Amino acid sequence: MIVIVNDHGFSLQNDLTIAADLSSDFDPEEITSELLQRSCIRITLDSFADGRGFTLAARLRQCGYQGHLRLAGYVLADQYAMARRSGFDDVEISQEFATRQPEPQWLARADWRAHDYQSRLRRPAGPSQQNVESRN
Amino acid sequence: MSLTASSKVVTANDLRSGEVLYLRFPHSWTPELAKASVIKDSDLAKASLAFAQGQPNAVVGAYLSDVIDEIDGPKASHFRETFRSTGPSNYRHGKQEV
Amino acid sequence: MYEYSSFDHEFIAERVTQFRAQVARRLDGSLTEDEFKPLRLMNGLYLQLHAYMLRVAIPYGTLNSRQMRQLAMIAERWDKGYGHFTTRQNIQFNWPKLEDVPSILQALADVEMHAIQTSGNTVRNVTADHFAGAAADELADPRPIAELIRQWSTDHPEFQFLPRKFKIAVTGSPNDRAVTRAHDIGLRMIVQDGLRGFEVIVGGGLGRTPMIGKTLSPFVPLDDLLPYLEAVVSTYNLLGRRDNKYKARIKMTTHEHGIEEIKQRVEAQFAKIKPRFAGADLQLLKDIEQHFAPPKFKPLIAQVEADSAPAQTPVFRAWLDTNITAHKAPGYAIVSVSLKKPGATPGDASAAQMRALAKIARNFGHDELRISHEQNVILPHVHRADLPQVFQALRQADLAAANIGLVSDIIACPGMDYCALATARSIPVAQQIATRFQALKLEHDIGPLKLKISGCINACGHHHVGHIGILGLEKAGVESYQITLGGDATTEAEIGTRAGPGFGADEILPAIERLLLGYLKLRLDRHESFLEAYRRLGLVPFKALLYPQTRKAA
Ligand code: HEM
Ligand code: SF4
Repeated sequence: MIVIVNDHGFSLQNDLTIAADLSSDFDPEEITSELLQRSCIRITLDSFADGRGFTLAARLRQCGYQGHLRLAGYVLADQYAMARRSGFDDVEISQEFATRQPEPQWLARADWRAHDYQSRLRRPAGPSQQNVESRN
Repeated sequence: MSLTASSKVVTANDLRSGEVLYLRFPHSWTPELAKASVIKDSDLAKASLAFAQGQPNAVVGAYLSDVIDEIDGPKASHFRETFRSTGPSNYRHGKQEV
Repeated sequence: MYEYSSFDHEFIAERVTQFRAQVARRLDGSLTEDEFKPLRLMNGLYLQLHAYMLRVAIPYGTLNSRQMRQLAMIAERWDKGYGHFTTRQNIQFNWPKLEDVPSILQALADVEMHAIQTSGNTVRNVTADHFAGAAADELADPRPIAELIRQWSTDHPEFQFLPRKFKIAVTGSPNDRAVTRAHDIGLRMIVQDGLRGFEVIVGGGLGRTPMIGKTLSPFVPLDDLLPYLEAVVSTYNLLGRRDNKYKARIKMTTHEHGIEEIKQRVEAQFAKIKPRFAGADLQLLKDIEQHFAPPKFKPLIAQVEADSAPAQTPVFRAWLDTNITAHKAPGYAIVSVSLKKPGATPGDASAAQMRALAKIARNFGHDELRISHEQNVILPHVHRADLPQVFQALRQADLAAANIGLVSDIIACPGMDYCALATARSIPVAQQIATRFQALKLEHDIGPLKLKISGCINACGHHHVGHIGILGLEKAGVESYQITLGGDATTEAEIGTRAGPGFGADEILPAIERLLLGYLKLRLDRHESFLEAYRRLGLVPFKALLYPQTRKAA
């Protein structure tokens, strides 16, 4: 049994067909236009400490990948925001992980859009930089 | 039953305070090395370490440490363990604090 | 000085809440120790020999009096009344309890400080020249860009689980005081055709395989800096080794793949992501720059030059000679406060001393303090007319040691007195050497000298780049100390050479004494420093001083 985690919490429904399975050591220099056409790519981590998956997701998005991106394997609830911010759509974990790290721990990071330095730095320059205003 | 190469104690740090602790049979922890249980049997050493590692909500980083078994209790045989059983040398902090 | 935006405040508050929950989950068993460890490390919490240790970031070494007073409060309330300033512009508290750490983080957040990314395999606290914004020799203040890098690297979603730790240092002066060549990335400000930018140095580091960084790009314009850095770290994240932690730093990646391959990958990635940085980063930088506008300097008061004040005592004069550096504003001076009183623990300050420093900074220093990588405290903006009062106040707080840059101004890591990775102690060695040379009254005669001590091969005490480096090891069950000579942490960065076999704990002080007394005879005149003499004469005569018996036997 696997559990899919997204911004709404856990779901046992898995209606997506994985069109490409990548391990974290996949070299992004091998990203082909054919790969970018696939509807759903899954990247699996053997260890939560393997940060390559996050950069790989970001690189796929930077290459223009528009399909579904799923992070699977050894993932901690605390990494949910990192996964979403790097370009993943959802996370797939085992039932055992879901038991030890129950839904509220993942939902606690469903606000991943908030408090994000990165998105703030990547906007076009605009008039509303709150930085200076907040000084007194 | 087989003898360990040297006398040993099980040591770890307290999960909450971080303080250095030693295993005292049957299953309590003491901050004083002199009150630790000395282990000379290798099966007992294994079992005691497994017991300590099975208490993740009490202690962290359990391991077996070599000691010299003296009349007034075990003493660390390596200087690193001596510091752990007393405290730093620049202030009288830690276990040597009165 | 930078003041948090509402964004920063909310971010830090959120992180404190998260960590409180993580600690609770560790205590209730939903996180194992293996899983909790990287999370606590991300918040600067280590487990050392005797207790936990909390490492708090002092970004680019800058803090104000309020922050310093809060550090004093934390030291008293949750620790044992002192803190240890480190070579990485952090402060370490050696005795916090796990359950108190969320409250300590809250107290830090109250004064716009945090412990985020002071540990773990991520981009660490960004360090900078401790004289930034004050030094007479700088092109521009490097701290705005350091602050921008702090914001960019904080919680960066791709870079929380890098192959290994990642350290960035910035200098805005051609005279490198930030040891940029010994960092994963070193940034040196350059002005080219009126355009500001940075030389980007990559792959420096100390530790078990010390390496001097190589130039990845001779000039990256300021506008391109963030995407360029992101390209470097992203390339490293994918390429760096994860199978062997001793080969995981970017210095080894660069060594194994060659700088050319790294460069080509970085440039390709840079081209791809540059358009994504659409201007907000530069606008933010402009905002940040306003925070670092220089203080309103007081005018030069005619003839109240401290140097000509009549009430000068010899102790005051000695202190002026060693602890003052030229300031860019007329009438001002940079004061280095030594945390190296002979016999004391290098880098330690008591809560009372922190409060005294805060008060002096508020009364006489435009409310600014700095922590130097040499484990001293800097008052960057002091009017020369105030120097006598500053000196008096420092004396009262037992902070008036007149030894900046001299033999007793020793860098020492915590070593086996605290550190779980240590192979020998470093603090007692520093204490002995400093006390002995003070007693010999030879410090001033010996002149400029960088002595640096590490308690193991990890080299946190920078021993490789000390003119004299001491590395504590274990040999046959006892402490043993290896000496390296000729290292240099400045612009001409160099790794020292091992002099020969190690010395026992009771032999190291006499060995250093032979070495320095011998140097006094070897030098051309008193203007030739130890390092200059070493460079002129090479290792041989210094080795003979260290190992006299061997020479006789030969
Ligand atoms: C007590 C806890 C500490 C631990 C566990 C620790 C651990 C380490 C390790 C493992 C390395 C080697 C990294 C490598 O080569 O990949 C290292 C390097 C370093 N540490 Fe520490 N350290 C500690 C304290 C300190 C302190 C107190 C300072 C400042 C005085 C410091 C500053 C540095 C510096 C400057 C380096 C060398 C630069 C480099 O990263 O290559 N560390 N540390
Ligand atoms: S050099 Fe070694 S002993 Fe010193 S602080 Fe670093 S890891 Fe610890």
